[in-house]
Amino acid sequence: MIVFAYTRDLLLGLWIVFKRTFTKPVTVQYPEERPYLPPRWRGRIVLTRDPDGEERCVACHLCAAVCPVDCIALQAAEDPTSYDRRYPEFFRINFSRCIYCGYCEEACPTYAIQLVPDFEQSEYARRNMVYEKEDLLISGTGKYPDYNFYRVAGVKIRDKDKGGAENERPPVDVKSLMP
Amino acid sequence: MATIVVDNRSYSVDERTNLLAACLGAGLNLPYFCWHPAMGSVGACRQCAVKQFKDEHDQRGRLVMACMTPASDGARISIDDPEAKAFRASVVEWLMVNHPHDCPVCDEGGECHLQDVTVMTGHAYRRYRFPKRTYHNQYLGPFIKHEMNRCIQCYRCVRFYRDYAGGRDLNVFGSHDAVYFGREQDGTLENEFSGNLVEVCPTGVFTDKTLFHHYTRKWDLQSAQSICPHCSLGCNTTLGERYGIVRRVVNRYNHQVNGYFLCDRGRFGYDYVNDDGRMRRALLRPKHDRVSQAKPEGVSEVLASAADRLRRARGIVGIGSPRASLEANVALRSLVGPDRFFLGIGERDHRLFSTILTILRTGPVPSASLREAEDSDAVLVLGEDLLNSAPRLALALLQSVRQQPMKRADELKIPRWDDAAVRNVVQGRRGPLFLAGYRRTWFHDYATENYFAAPDDIARLGFSVAQSIGTDSPSVPNLSKDVRDRAHRIAEALIRAERPLIVAGTVSGSQATIEAAANVAWALHLAGKHPRLSFVLPDCNSLGLAQLGGGILEDAFQSVRHRKADGVIVLENDLYRHADSAKADAFFDAAQTVIVIDSFDHRTTARADILLPAATFPESDGTLVNHEGRAQRFYQVFVPEGDITESWRWLRDLARMTSDPAEKLSGAAAWQTFDDAVSGTAEAVPEFAKIRAVAPPAGLRLIGQKIPRQPERYSGRTAMISHLTVHEPRPPHDPDTALAFSMEGHRGRMPSPLIPQFWAPGWNSNQALNKYQDEIGGPLREEMPGVRLIEPVATKAPLWFTRIPLPFRPAYRRWLLLPLTALFGSEELSNRSPAIAERISEPFISLHPSDATRLRLEEGTAIELALQGTTCRLAVRLESSTPPGTAGLSLMHEMGFAQLPTWVDLTESIKAERRVA
Repeated sequence: MIVFAYTRDLLLGLWIVFKRTFTKPVTVQYPEERPYLPPRWRGRIVLTRDPDGEERCVACHLCAAVCPVDCIALQAAEDPTSYDRRYPEFFRINFSRCIYCGYCEEACPTYAIQLVPDFEQSEYARRNMVYEKEDLLISGTGKYPDYNFYRVAGVKIRDKDKGGAENERPPVDVKSLMP
Repeated sequence: MATIVVDNRSYSVDERTNLLAACLGAGLNLPYFCWHPAMGSVGACRQCAVKQFKDEHDQRGRLVMACMTPASDGARISIDDPEAKAFRASVVEWLMVNHPHDCPVCDEGGECHLQDVTVMTGHAYRRYRFPKRTYHNQYLGPFIKHEMNRCIQCYRCVRFYRDYAGGRDLNVFGSHDAVYFGREQDGTLENEFSGNLVEVCPTGVFTDKTLFHHYTRKWDLQSAQSICPHCSLGCNTTLGERYGIVRRVVNRYNHQVNGYFLCDRGRFGYDYVNDDGRMRRALLRPKHDRVSQAKPEGVSEVLASAADRLRRARGIVGIGSPRASLEANVALRSLVGPDRFFLGIGERDHRLFSTILTILRTGPVPSASLREAEDSDAVLVLGEDLLNSAPRLALALLQSVRQQPMKRADELKIPRWDDAAVRNVVQGRRGPLFLAGYRRTWFHDYATENYFAAPDDIARLGFSVAQSIGTDSPSVPNLSKDVRDRAHRIAEALIRAERPLIVAGTVSGSQATIEAAANVAWALHLAGKHPRLSFVLPDCNSLGLAQLGGGILEDAFQSVRHRKADGVIVLENDLYRHADSAKADAFFDAAQTVIVIDSFDHRTTARADILLPAATFPESDGTLVNHEGRAQRFYQVFVPEGDITESWRWLRDLARMTSDPAEKLSGAAAWQTFDDAVSGTAEAVPEFAKIRAVAPPAGLRLIGQKIPRQPERYSGRTAMISHLTVHEPRPPHDPDTALAFSMEGHRGRMPSPLIPQFWAPGWNSNQALNKYQDEIGGPLREEMPGVRLIEPVATKAPLWFTRIPLPFRPAYRRWLLLPLTALFGSEELSNRSPAIAERISEPFISLHPSDATRLRLEEGTAIELALQGTTCRLAVRLESSTPPGTAGLSLMHEMGFAQLPTWVDLTESIKAERRVA
């Protein structure tokens, strides 16, 4: 009986090999040929700009706090020309530690930090995997073209006074007793 | 004790408290906004609603505000009741209706009480779709940032600022749903305690502007306990550091000392640590060259050169410092020997400190902690301008005036936490507070009686109060009727009180006022009262230095002048602040080798041959003794860059290199770790024996682990220095304490000095403090509030002071120049902080209007005053509180030393007189 079972399995295997002989190979000729990566692929991290072209990052430190490998370091700095607008003085990601989990993107309240479909980050030296703000900042809005944090926040910035954000009433006149 | 039942579990709580405080003390989570442990309840925010039941059969219950309901015995409540939960969720939703979408750019984010409560109540999605209310902000000075949109109208700010801290320039304006918390118009908040608004505000309306300039989230701060070095009170603070920069100071609760509040100098004076001009390298000047700049050299070369020069010196004098830790001073004493160790203070200060020490050591009356000062029910202040020299004590006294009137509330059975009702009962009534001084501030508005006179007259008033209390104390001759009546009134008020407090200090330079204060306290003691004494000193470790004992600065000058010594080691001290410039210059000229250990440049470092960069308070560990004789420990917060190290380590190295290699190392030379330094200090003077018990030793491990200085969410560990190196080095090792420069370690219960910062799950704001107390407003769990080194013997008979000064008489053409301290400007370290520097007012001379008329000066006139070899530019201020025949001189940093009080002929010394255009 055992002999029969062995023979059957052998023939089955041979049949599968024979069948595949006439199918198209699945191997992709990378890098000449590029695989399709969906837009939500979690690859290289970028910092984006808002539709006005200003940096979106407000240095809230949430991405750094949520990062499970603590590979994001930044420092907040005030913008001398604009009252409450804040920027990162430096923004550093150590990609040699990054696990591309995407938590930073999830935590970001301003859509500034985004993971893009680019996985080609191999380097010979680990120090080249340390990206500073200049390396991270792109000139576009990334995946969220419309969002502009300062248009919904209450703080005053250079070109938006108090009460000037979306869905806001003009500032209260404290001296008025009108109901 | 009362037993209350919360959600069918019984807790035993203090029946004098309210349900909210009882629940929080029992470790339960109950959201609230307007209640504050130090300020009581007003029931304004409706956030702490719970359901109360009549008895165990009551199924229906009724909603009550926990903060407004007494924790009476047998009270049955439910926090988890669905109706109570829904109520609280609705309240927070209403409060959030107009709250802006600011958290990412708000400085309060991550330690926001409003965030905590919103999460706690489960309000996650916004349903309100209508436009939000907005406000304009105000400029409130260099300390506080204003963002009114975020306000939830809890009224805590005005209750603190106006009712608690006596401020007048912050108020609530407007009406209905458009009330505004701010000033009448833009301008600096004037109150000395305005910084507490940052912590009192449950959200981001008032935030720390100094933190804003180098913003870091709470979870990114490496923190540890520190002791405020900016005055003698020794308030506890928590310092936070990131990337080698001290980011901010927050209050640190110590039940016995500062409680919930700090003054602005303590909170915003920290930036001196971050000063760009700080010394970070060991500097060496070539031999026999006093002209060229000292140049940075390797530490070992500098130390070798220093040791070489010290070995060749004819003798070494060591000059200690009232702003260096006990350990550093003891190390210096051990290096140079007790008879060549000098205290680094002038003759006047030494005499005053010794008097204070004698009074505390030999008299029957103990010194008062700040807590006890707050609880005292009658206060006499002799000659001290508390608001400027010891502001936190003034804040405590502002509370003490409520003690007597609050007894009426007790009679009416109104609980003390019921703030609005108590204030209604108290109205404008104030308990006895008698202020005698020579300068009027707003604090004097709270006094029962004010007496403005020259220090001698103030002392005479004190002596006559003592005489009125008990006949044993020496009598005062030639008293005017006015002073005698005044003394009678004060004596009566003090006798009627249960816990009277007598305050005096060193600012006026008058020994007689200190002695008079002691006589008053002792007379009260003999009258069967329980009085307390409180003496204000100039620096953070003045009393500790005095306890250590040693010669004065003039003695050091003399030993160099007489060629007994030609090597000088100056420890964290600017001698030009304590001695005449000419004398100090002569001293440095005569010395062959001058070694200065300090953290920043000043006139003394300019004279140094060898400069060793000392660690500042957040960069070192040490013990300080505050004004009441309480030894407290401050901890290193971060490891500084450069050659900077603790002063005691520099001195230890010098001691090692100068000691005989054949002999076994002894004294400071044998110290390895900070614990050795503590042991060495404890053995230096018998009184210091107890300082071992101030804080746990470095060997303490909790469940086998050290305690991390960094919070659990500390970020950027693998990226902070990756631009310099991608190899992640081990975090710095800390051999000196049970704390670690790390995120890893024990995070459970720990002795209070080791708590890095207050945080509890769900409580990211500073309100997490409630989770560290068994009873709200009581001591912390495992509290180590410092050790009082001087305790009196109550049975001792007082040795009365009998030297009663003659009445002050104005002299013809001569004025008694009296020192005036300033909260911002008189203290050496805080002056270097940009925010404080912005608040320093121009130096002035205050004159009585009648004297000004004699001198033909007017308000605002700019003058140049020649005094003791220096000339300073001053503005004239006319103040009727300045006693005629005297002039007040503001003690400003840049003015150098002035041996005050002193008699000056103002008609002569006012050289150039110009009118202000």
